[in-house]
Amino acid sequence: MVKIIYVEHTGARHEVNVPEGENLMEGAVQNNVPGIDGDCGGNAACATCHCYIPSEWQALTGERSELEDSMIELADTAQPNSRLACQIKASAALDGLEVHMPATQH
Amino acid sequence: MATQLKDTRITQSLPQGSVSWPLPPRVRPEFANHDKATLESYLASAPLEEVDIADPLWWETDTNHVYFRRLREEAPIFFTHVNSNRHRGFWNVTRWNDVMAVDTNHQVFSSEAMLGGITLFDMDSDFIMPMFIAMDQPKHDVQRKAVNPIVSGQNLAGYEELIRSRTCEVLDSLPRGEAFDWVDKVSIELTSRMLATLFGWPQERRRMLTYWSDVSTSDPELPGSPGKEERQGILLGMLQEFTMLWNERVNAEPTGDLVSMLAHNPATRNMPPMEFMGNLVLLIVGGNDTTRNSITGGLYFLNKNPGEYAKLKANHDLVENMVSEIIRYQTPLAHMRRTALQDTVLGGQLIHKGDKVVMWYSSANRDDTVLDRPDEFIIDRARARQHMSFGFGIHRCVGNRLAELQLKILWEEILKRFDTIEVLEEPERVPSAFVRGYKSMMVRIPA
Repeated sequence: MVKIIYVEHTGARHEVNVPEGENLMEGAVQNNVPGIDGDCGGNAACATCHCYIPSEWQALTGERSELEDSMIELADTAQPNSRLACQIKASAALDGLEVHMPATQH
Repeated sequence: MATQLKDTRITQSLPQGSVSWPLPPRVRPEFANHDKATLESYLASAPLEEVDIADPLWWETDTNHVYFRRLREEAPIFFTHVNSNRHRGFWNVTRWNDVMAVDTNHQVFSSEAMLGGITLFDMDSDFIMPMFIAMDQPKHDVQRKAVNPIVSGQNLAGYEELIRSRTCEVLDSLPRGEAFDWVDKVSIELTSRMLATLFGWPQERRRMLTYWSDVSTSDPELPGSPGKEERQGILLGMLQEFTMLWNERVNAEPTGDLVSMLAHNPATRNMPPMEFMGNLVLLIVGGNDTTRNSITGGLYFLNKNPGEYAKLKANHDLVENMVSEIIRYQTPLAHMRRTALQDTVLGGQLIHKGDKVVMWYSSANRDDTVLDRPDEFIIDRARARQHMSFGFGIHRCVGNRLAELQLKILWEEILKRFDTIEVLEEPERVPSAFVRGYKSMMVRIPA
């Protein structure tokens, strides 16, 4: 299990154990973390699991794919550290990762 | 050219590269009558290649599901040849995963208006209306971003109170103990008021927006619909009226409505007139037909499924989940279409450059290899948000959150007021393979 801390826009924190290999959208949805919807089921095709990754974790969470990049760029709340949670897989190296969420998904 | 000549299908179905107007008569077997049972039994047993599922008959009678179930099982990627002198022939993509694959592959599957656009029937070649849904990257992205803020979460919060007060007003004005048309009195009323607000359009003339939306998606061949040229004239009239608004707003301070946003954004402020018209049509249809038909569909489904209606009455907290289930079950736009930019293989079928590829959202939403009991309307369905109705990829519905908000508020307010609303007879449906909707639905609220 990998400890992931989902942080809502309000600052509310949800500490969740996500099985290794599972993506962080599933990790949120399966544990009823509010603010992550995952409408497309993990295909980087809807951007309803939009999140922000703190800079110190970015090297470990990897790069956006082309489709992911396109979807993020269409969101009003996009930032340079935006990712789609469904494109990040839980691994031991990510233990303790803080995933920050925008005020609303679109 | 040489490769095209080898392909008999393309040379047969694309003699001049496009269909000519008026369209040749439609091939369709003769039926003793058009009742649902007759048509469904035909679709259940006819050779797959004999059926033209673009025929409005299958949509007006709501019988198309029988054919799509067979396609999903027997031929999930299937080319329709019959009546190709009317529509050039098209690939049917019917399964969830294949639709997802097409919808997210923007490099191979184009939405470009000049290639025909995003509906099964090509745009009129003498009346191409560029609009951002019918554009590829990068132009699509900058135009979409120009209007995106109006339906962003923050902006929607500002609309909530307005939507609720209007919804209350409309519901409180409904007659009790007598039959009335839900489509006209509720579905159109609510969506046209919202559209007028979004466009900064005069409320007293809101039904013009409904009219233009209906005209732009109407089938010129159907009795009662404007013909092809008349339709173009009506849309040019719409352009004229909106150009006056544009001219007022382009030199004024931004007012936050769609016309003002388009007029002020560098990506859209120099659009040619046909492109302004195209984007108007997109935004009017997008905000009108879809929510309107989900408003009607939801009430219809609850009446057809009294157990679900009882569940809802017992637990009003189910509204939000139900809204997603209504949108899935209705699938107010049955398809989106793409054009292949290169030869490609999809689900084992070779798709040629230039082929029309129709993604049937209405079929993907009933794919039982992905969804549990998809033919059933289940308001507390697990993960109800996972449906195809908004599309996926860069063209995913921009107003999806607004649609959900409108439906949520409507059902919250209905439940506060009425113990039940009875659907009195089968609704009259729109004869269209694109807009899956209702012309009228007679209902009664007990006195």
